[in-house]
This record gives sequence, structure tokens and C-alpha cells, in this order.
Amino acid sequence: MSDSIISVQDLRKVYRVGELDVAALRGANLEVPKGEFLAIVGPSGSGKSTLFYILGGLAKPTSGKVAVGGEDLASLTDSGRTRLRRSKVGFVFQRYNLLPTLTALGNIEIARYIAGRQTGPLDKSFLELLRLLRIENRLDHKPRALSGGEQQRVAIARALVNHPAILLADEPTGNLDTENATAVLDVLRDLNERLGQTILMITHNPEAAAYAHRTVRMRDGRVLDN
Amino acid sequence: MINRLVFENLRHRKVRTGLSALSIGFQVTMILAIVGLSQGMLKDSADRAKGVGADIWVKPPSTSAIQLSSATMPEKMLDAFMLQPHVIRAVGSYTVPLSGLSTLTGIDYQKFTGLSGPFKFVEGGPFQGKFDVIVDRWYQETYHKGVGDTVKALEKEWHVCGVVEPGKLARMFVPLATLQDVMSNPGKVSQALLKLDNPKETFAVISALKVELPEYKIYSVEELVSQFSVENVPGLKAFINVIVGLSIIVGFLVVSLTMYTTVLERTREIGILKALGASPGDIMGILVRETLLLAAGGWFAGILLSFGANWAINHFVRASIQSVITPDWWPIVAAIAVVASLLGALYPGMRAARQDAIEALSYE
Ligand SMILES: Nc1ncnc2c1ncn2[C@@H]1O[C@H](COP(=O)(O)OP(=O)(O)OP(=O)(O)O)[C@@H](O)[C@H]1O
Ligand SMILES: [Mg+2]
Repeated sequence: MSDSIISVQDLRKVYRVGELDVAALRGANLEVPKGEFLAIVGPSGSGKSTLFYILGGLAKPTSGKVAVGGEDLASLTDSGRTRLRRSKVGFVFQRYNLLPTLTALGNIEIARYIAGRQTGPLDKSFLELLRLLRIENRLDHKPRALSGGEQQRVAIARALVNHPAILLADEPTGNLDTENATAVLDVLRDLNERLGQTILMITHNPEAAAYAHRTVRMRDGRVLDN
Repeated sequence: MINRLVFENLRHRKVRTGLSALSIGFQVTMILAIVGLSQGMLKDSADRAKGVGADIWVKPPSTSAIQLSSATMPEKMLDAFMLQPHVIRAVGSYTVPLSGLSTLTGIDYQKFTGLSGPFKFVEGGPFQGKFDVIVDRWYQETYHKGVGDTVKALEKEWHVCGVVEPGKLARMFVPLATLQDVMSNPGKVSQALLKLDNPKETFAVISALKVELPEYKIYSVEELVSQFSVENVPGLKAFINVIVGLSIIVGFLVVSLTMYTTVLERTREIGILKALGASPGDIMGILVRETLLLAAGGWFAGILLSFGANWAINHFVRASIQSVITPDWWPIVAAIAVVASLLGALYPGMRAARQDAIEALSYE
């Protein structure tokens, strides 16, 4: 499928732990068209996060084909994967992962700086996004002064500041209460609908998965057909 | 932006940042104090030598300009010097080392002031008795001894008869004859001070004297003063080098430890930065900047502390040791602080830069 933004074929990943080989992915296949909001579910240890790390350029595939936005990840060097993370991918984690010493705005700006050495005022459409995320008044707060829901929305803003081709959200609502989780999911759906942002979201929660267009299931390092 | 992160990181752990900078600061102060002391004491000696007003200094064989010469010069030689053309005064002095760095100097009061000009008395006056001692104001300030007090030296009691302004030859003067007596070394002096009718003749006179006294060390006052340098004090240069070396090692260890702890503590943040697209070089750059800020802070603190040390030395113990502020060493200690810190940051930085992002992100 040539209009896929993500194309994964027979992807394998083996972690080496001391003398032991741990196979996290055992021949996963996945096609994601541009603009899709995809939910990924599956039992713990089935390889969901590993798939994200490879798609996001944080880990090297052991074998198989992976392409993101037409770029073949298997052949990328370390610095190539660094470039991929800067330009094509935005990560959102379960544990928010904001830098604790910087304010919300500082977290957003450092991401922009790392990606493109850009400084100066944020553009209009991004300010719009901050309003959509309802964090425009919380920007000078340090993470510890923000609620979990707010931190996660700041993390989403940070992931999107460089206009990535794909947003990878690994259990973004896993640490949130229902109200905050709903707010975050609403925002993700909004982003997808209004801006056409491609989103992949790992979740254990069927209600969260219901927000997506489509849900795929993983088991034992494979994506199950449905 | 990176600078803000660096700054906030340092601010986030104020106590550790402060302590690390202060430890670097103490290394800097230690170097500056040693150098300041060396140069201060040499300057003081040079000033006192210049303050005498002699054009030529003659010292016995086997000494150097800044060493104390042993009193092996017969006083009779002074009469011979007087026969030289252009020499209008020839005065002997006898210097005996006491404990530490202090000395006792025997002079013939009339002859010495004849050559050097009158002493400026703060209190009291010239020698009255055999065991009288004249001290300078710094000595008085440090040891709180004034006219009427007794000073013990060479197992004798000396009565302070006068306090003079500092800057002439020595800090403690006693009658030359008494000192020769006490040392059982009659008729001998440790150096001769010559005054000429015309200072322009100095080199001519020195050349003439060198022919007659080939073994003796004969200096113009400029030559003598130029010898008062760190290089000419045996072992001083090496001592300073050892202090510099130790400072680098200690600075290196302090920064290593700080940065190592920081890197461990921030494993997760490093993972986050990598997920945002930071390269190993970016991570290293952040730590290097933090380190350079620590070094700069330490450097600044060290210079401030060195002013404190300088003031304390010159205020409390000026009679025995003197110190000067040495701005020409500020860039040198800056380089030392930077080199030590960067060496210290090297291993922790490389570890952080190579850190696996996934492991870092799952780090608790
Ligand atoms: N850094 C690593 N080193 C070694 N093994 C790893 C590493 N990360 C994951 N694994 C192993 O790979 C397998 C897949 O892990 P992964 O984190 O991708 O699962 P997951 O589906 O995200 O699970 P969960 O739902 O618990 O987050 C597991 O068996 C795990 O133990
Ligand atoms: Mg996971």
C-alpha cells in the first residue's frame, strides 16, 4: 500500500539481556493510512511499546521492513534515527515525561529547539492548538504544579510542536482519572479530525480504544488479523 | 533554550551546585593565595631592598641575591670600598635568621641612617642601650609590641626603643656590635651597602669591584631587585606546580562526582531528550555547559575568596607574611578550573550520551 504513512512487514525485534535473547516482536505486520486514528490493544508483554520504539526511531529493528513517511527505518544509522525523531515523530508516554526543571512552555520550546534549532514566538496555528488543549493559561507552570491531565496535555503539545507525521501515544490515559482521560481522548480525536493528524495509541482500556477509527490487537509479538 | 535548561538544572539542585562551585572556588583560592603570598613576600623584600637607598650591594661568595648571606665579610673591607672612586658611603649590615621567616638585622645606627636617610619614627627613637631593638610598624601591629616592651630573640631580651615606618631593609634592627657579640662573630658583616656620588657610575664601579673581588656577588639595586622572582626561590616554582596539580586533581574529582550523580539522577530526563530528537552530542553539550557554568561560578567565588584571604593575611600577620592580589593569574586559574571540570565531566558525559533511550525511559 503506497498511501500508507506507516508500513511494517515481518518486523522482528530481539532484545539481548545478558546471555538471553528476548524476542519482543516476531513478525509483525501493520499498514496505517495517513490521517488514521489507530488504537493498539493487547496483553502486557505483547510488544506494543517495542513497536512504538521502532516506529519512533528509539530502537533498531532486528529484521523486517519498516517505513515511516516513505523512509526505510531498517537502513537508518543512529544519526538518521535521531533525525527521524526530530522531524517525523511525536511521542506521548503514560508517565507524561515532562522535564521537571522547565515550565510547560519551556518543555515545548526545548522540543522545538532540539528538532530544528528554532526559537522565537510560536506560530498561530500552534497557539490555536494550545487553546484546543486548554493549557494556554498554564504555560509558565512547572510540571509539579500541574494536574496529571494538564501534564499529559502539555506532553501532547510538546509532541506536536514540530508538526510530526505521526503521533505515537503509549497508554496516554493510563495514569489519569476518567475525567482527565476523557479530556485527553477528546483532544486526540479533535486533533485527528481537525488537523488530520495521524495518531497511534496504545491502550488497555476498551473505552479509550473506542475513540479510534480502528483497533488492532497484538499478541506474542504479532499484530493479529481482524 | 538549551542554556535555559542548563541554568534550570543547576538551579534545581542549588545546594549541590553551590557546594561544587565552592569546592572549585577553594582550589582557585588556594592557587591564588599561594601565588599571592609568593609574589607578595618577594615584593615586600624587593621594596625593602629598594628602600635602603644603596646603589650597590656586595654579598659574600656562595650566596645568591635573595638568600640570606652568612656573615663572612670582614668589616675592614668597608674601608677598602671607601677608597674606590665614586663610593661615598659603605655600610655593613648583619642579618641573622630567627624562627620562621623573620630575621634580626644589626646596623650601625649612625652609618646606616647616613646612607639611607633618617628613620621615620612612629614612636620612640634611636638605640639607647646595648640590647635595644627598633621594630617597624607592621611588626608592632602584628605582635602588639611597642616602645617599652621586650622582645625575645637569640635567647636574649631586647627592649623596644623605637617603632619606625616599614620599608627599609628589615623589620627588626639591633646595634651591629651587639649582634656580632651575641653571635660571637666580631668584626664580620653579611653584606655591604654602597652609595655613590653619581648613580650613573654604578656599572663602572661594579666592574672595578668585580676585578678586585671575583668571588663576591656584586649587584646594582636594579639587578638585586630583579632577582626577587618566583623562579629564583629554590623549590617555590615546584611547590606552586604541585599545588596547581593537586587543584586540578581535586577539581576533577569533585566535578566527576557531581556530574556522575547528576547523570544517574537524570537518566530518565536524558531518555526524554533523546525521544525528542537530541543527539549524543546534544546531551554531551548540555552537560559540558553545566560544567562550564560550575567552573565559572567556582572561578568567580575563588577570586572573591582570594580577596578575603589577601585581606586577612595583610591585616593579621603582615609582619611575617605578605600577600598581593595577582590579576595576571586570574586567566590561568580560569583555565585550570575549566580543564579540571571538563576532564571531570568527560566520563559522566560520555555515559549519558551513550545511554540507551528505551532503558532510560523505563528507568525509575
Ligand atoms: N529494554 C528491554 N530489554 C529487554 N527486554 C525487553 C526490553 N523492553 C521490553 N522487553 C521485553 O520485550 C517484550 C515486549 O515488551 P513491550 O514493552 O514491548 O510490551 P508491551 O506490550 O508494551 O507491554 P505493556 O503492556 O506491559 O507495556 C517483553 O517480554 C519485555 O519483557
Ligand atoms: Mg508498553
